[in-house]
Amino acid sequence: MFGRLGFDDLPTELITIGGALSMVGGLIAVTAGLIYFKKLGWLWRNWLTSLDHKKIGVMYIAIAVIMLLRGAGDAVMMRAQQALASGDSTGILSSDTFQQVFSAHGTIMIFFVAMGLMFGLINLVLPLQLGARDVAFPFLNSLSFWLFASGFVLINASLVIGEFSAAGWLAYPPLSGLEYSPGVGVDYWIWALQISGLGSLLSGINFLVTILKMRAPGMKLMDMPIFAWTVLGSMMLVIAVFPILTVTLSLLALDRLMGMNFFTSTLGGNPMMYINLIWAWGHPEVYILVLPAFGIFSEIVPVFSKKKLFGYTSMVWAIMSITVLSFIVWLHHFFTMGGGAKVNAFFGIMTMVISIPTGVKVFNWLFTMFRGKITYSSPMIWFLGFIATFTIGGMTGVLMAVPAIDFQVHNSLFLVAHFHNMIIGGVVFGYMAGLTYWFPKFTGFKLHEGLGKLAAWLWINGFIVAFGPLYILGLMGATRRIDHYDASLGWQWLFIIAGIGVLIIGAGIATQILQLGYSIWKRKELRDSTNGDPWDGRTLEWSTTAPPPHYNFAVIPEVKGQDSLWTSKQAKTTTKQSTTYNDIEMPKNTDAGIKLSAFAFLIGFGLVWHIWWLALIGLFGVIIQTILHLTKDDHEYTISAKDIKLHEQHRLKGTSL
Amino acid sequence: MKKIFLYIVAVMIPILITASLIFAATTQDLAILNTGGEIARRQHEILSFAFWLSMVVIIPVFGLTIFISIRYRSKNKKAKYTPNWHHSKSLETIWWGVPIVLILILSAVTWRTSHTLDPYKPLDNDLPPLEVQVVALQWRWLFLYPEQNVAQINNLTIPKDRPINLTITSDAPMNSFWIPKLAGQVYAMNGMNTKLHIIADQAGSYDGMSANISGEGFAQMRFTTEVITDEEFDNWIRLNKYRDEELTQELYDFIAQPSEDDEVHFFAHYDKNLYQTILNKYMSHAIPTDYSNTPETTNGGHH
Repeated sequence: MFGRLGFDDLPTELITIGGALSMVGGLIAVTAGLIYFKKLGWLWRNWLTSLDHKKIGVMYIAIAVIMLLRGAGDAVMMRAQQALASGDSTGILSSDTFQQVFSAHGTIMIFFVAMGLMFGLINLVLPLQLGARDVAFPFLNSLSFWLFASGFVLINASLVIGEFSAAGWLAYPPLSGLEYSPGVGVDYWIWALQISGLGSLLSGINFLVTILKMRAPGMKLMDMPIFAWTVLGSMMLVIAVFPILTVTLSLLALDRLMGMNFFTSTLGGNPMMYINLIWAWGHPEVYILVLPAFGIFSEIVPVFSKKKLFGYTSMVWAIMSITVLSFIVWLHHFFTMGGGAKVNAFFGIMTMVISIPTGVKVFNWLFTMFRGKITYSSPMIWFLGFIATFTIGGMTGVLMAVPAIDFQVHNSLFLVAHFHNMIIGGVVFGYMAGLTYWFPKFTGFKLHEGLGKLAAWLWINGFIVAFGPLYILGLMGATRRIDHYDASLGWQWLFIIAGIGVLIIGAGIATQILQLGYSIWKRKELRDSTNGDPWDGRTLEWSTTAPPPHYNFAVIPEVKGQDSLWTSKQAKTTTKQSTTYNDIEMPKNTDAGIKLSAFAFLIGFGLVWHIWWLALIGLFGVIIQTILHLTKDDHEYTISAKDIKLHEQHRLKGTSL
Repeated sequence: MKKIFLYIVAVMIPILITASLIFAATTQDLAILNTGGEIARRQHEILSFAFWLSMVVIIPVFGLTIFISIRYRSKNKKAKYTPNWHHSKSLETIWWGVPIVLILILSAVTWRTSHTLDPYKPLDNDLPPLEVQVVALQWRWLFLYPEQNVAQINNLTIPKDRPINLTITSDAPMNSFWIPKLAGQVYAMNGMNTKLHIIADQAGSYDGMSANISGEGFAQMRFTTEVITDEEFDNWIRLNKYRDEELTQELYDFIAQPSEDDEVHFFAHYDKNLYQTILNKYMSHAIPTDYSNTPETTNGGHH
């Protein structure tokens, strides 16, 4: 009846019980709170069923923050284990739990934190920057989000029922095959990623079309803010590579569910094929994440330097060449698989070539600051932290691109330190800067500056303390993913320092939570007195009020050239009153996205546990719900010009209706 | 005044942490830099070369960042301010051009060293190479010496100054064979041979390990590489040949079972076909003997 699900699948180890209890407890507490304050209906109508890109963006970020806490908890456990498990001590985790923890850490941080923050920020900012009222396909956007949320629920379910994959964040076969991983862990990994990955692919299409078709009249591609360019590059990559991920995961699932032999080591299967495919997705994925971070810095640096971005055209060329080059470097993840000198050399050289456009961007940012008037608000502190860490990460990346060097540092902690340099120093610092920068746009008040600077400073120092020792350990010959090592190796003190570093980063995260709470509490004092343009911005998102009305712009702006808001501010032509309003068509709320994703969850859960009837119910649910949604043609409603005028009058005065 | 002091402290702390980490690194035995053989030494040389070459970009970036961020702070009224200056052909040519030249140099080095240090390439040496076959198990290493017909678990004994030809496979999930002080790593995979050529020019014992996760006992999957003189090596073989432990197929099947036992074992004889038998287990269309091809039994199989 319930496939392989039974009572013995509940957690038994102290730490996993703790994890399960915190998950279930958190869920009960939130639900109880919503019922007690009678907010369930409000939440459903105003948020969960909303197709407003701004609200969807906030929900993405909420999930990403929850997952950041879980991923950081995993990091603390890993560091604690490695700091303790030297010689006779076995540390706090069993080997199997430790391996589940690092597999979960990587999976969560990439798929649910970085991707969540990225899609959250793009949702919030992109339509406003383009002068659009919404994304191209508002319903698809909601569906993408809910598929992402469905993957989120599935991966967290693994904490309560069953186990998670212990095969690393990319689950190489044959280890991830049935022979060596017969449990449900790898299946949880497959289906959580499969469902949320589908959401990512749909989002990619949505944002690409938004950029190509929804720009305000007059905005040529070469007038777009650089952030929009980076999103364009990133979404092109999403569309090109997420199908590879979907297929790869499907083939692995077929191996596991139906005894097929795509990636088994016997009967003609080939695990090397999997490793190629997963990295053909995996390497572009890194650029999918980091390109928007580059875009964010390209917005922040000019604003806080009070100067036009240096080398716009160069920037665009750099972004597009990174986009293309990122397709032809994937093999550098496995020079050690015996590809041969010519193949290795080709992919090594292509990898180095990527550092050229990336370096160009760094110089362009620096020369945007050159002869500017720089104010060091917290987004700029993140930027300086980014330059320092990302440059070092870029250098170690170029070193590893030389196959002869890579043979010596591959799979070592040197590699771990390198990619954290790129992901934390590049992606996370970028997104944190973006969140701080755009926060007042969507709330009407700024985040507390002092706490923000302290948080950034703690992250930067914590990063050095946590990952500096890993470079040293890597050079000493320490491999990644070990749950125990001999005392005679003399590694322990370095692992302890790295552990302290993670605690400093933890203090940074705690400071950010404090900052958010404190800023909400003091929101009156931190209010954005400019009603929408607190940083003296240059791009269109700063031309509307904070928070923007749900239709974003009462009148779609006309654009002439780059930095159009800045140009019009300089010419003092911003006339906000004397406009004629037209009726606006906006998409109606719908719960179809939630329902579809709930059925997708049933499919995933059913397939993980081999509960075939549940998977079938899910499948039929998806089909029926799709038909129901597609046959409905009443998707929009009209806001009359009169209502808009009324709304605008109040809004511009800063009063509410 | 107080605020400036605070800023200086805030900037000094990460610099001091970095400096003390670099100092700490110099006091350690950095296996990859402190090598025991020619291959690892040449890999180290390339690492140093690429490191210093990249400094040509890194140092200006750090210098410019520090200079520009101090000089053009908004409080400095003396600094020049050109809000609309956003393009310079000559400057942009420099930072497209210089990295292109550096990468061209590094590409040439990469192309050449990918060939000269290809792990598959036999070493140029007058002495006859020693053949060793390596099998990754769950979770130990089996070393077969076909010329001497001896086998060892978790210990690789090799003669100094003689090239060693390693042929590597796996009877376990994918592993990576790595002796940091002697040479870079190569993957060990089922049904496949990968190759690695190493040479040690200093006697001693060197740590070896699996660098790729292969299941629960992976962290313990370490071995020692003993480098002894050619003479000592011959003696070692001769003395041990008197022992009568033999690695039979049955015994092999037993040690191929998952185990975290990291003891060293020596076998004075083994079945000549053993390595090929292990490879054949995974050859296409061959149905392995220890589990049948139906998913149900595979499910319960190896655990």
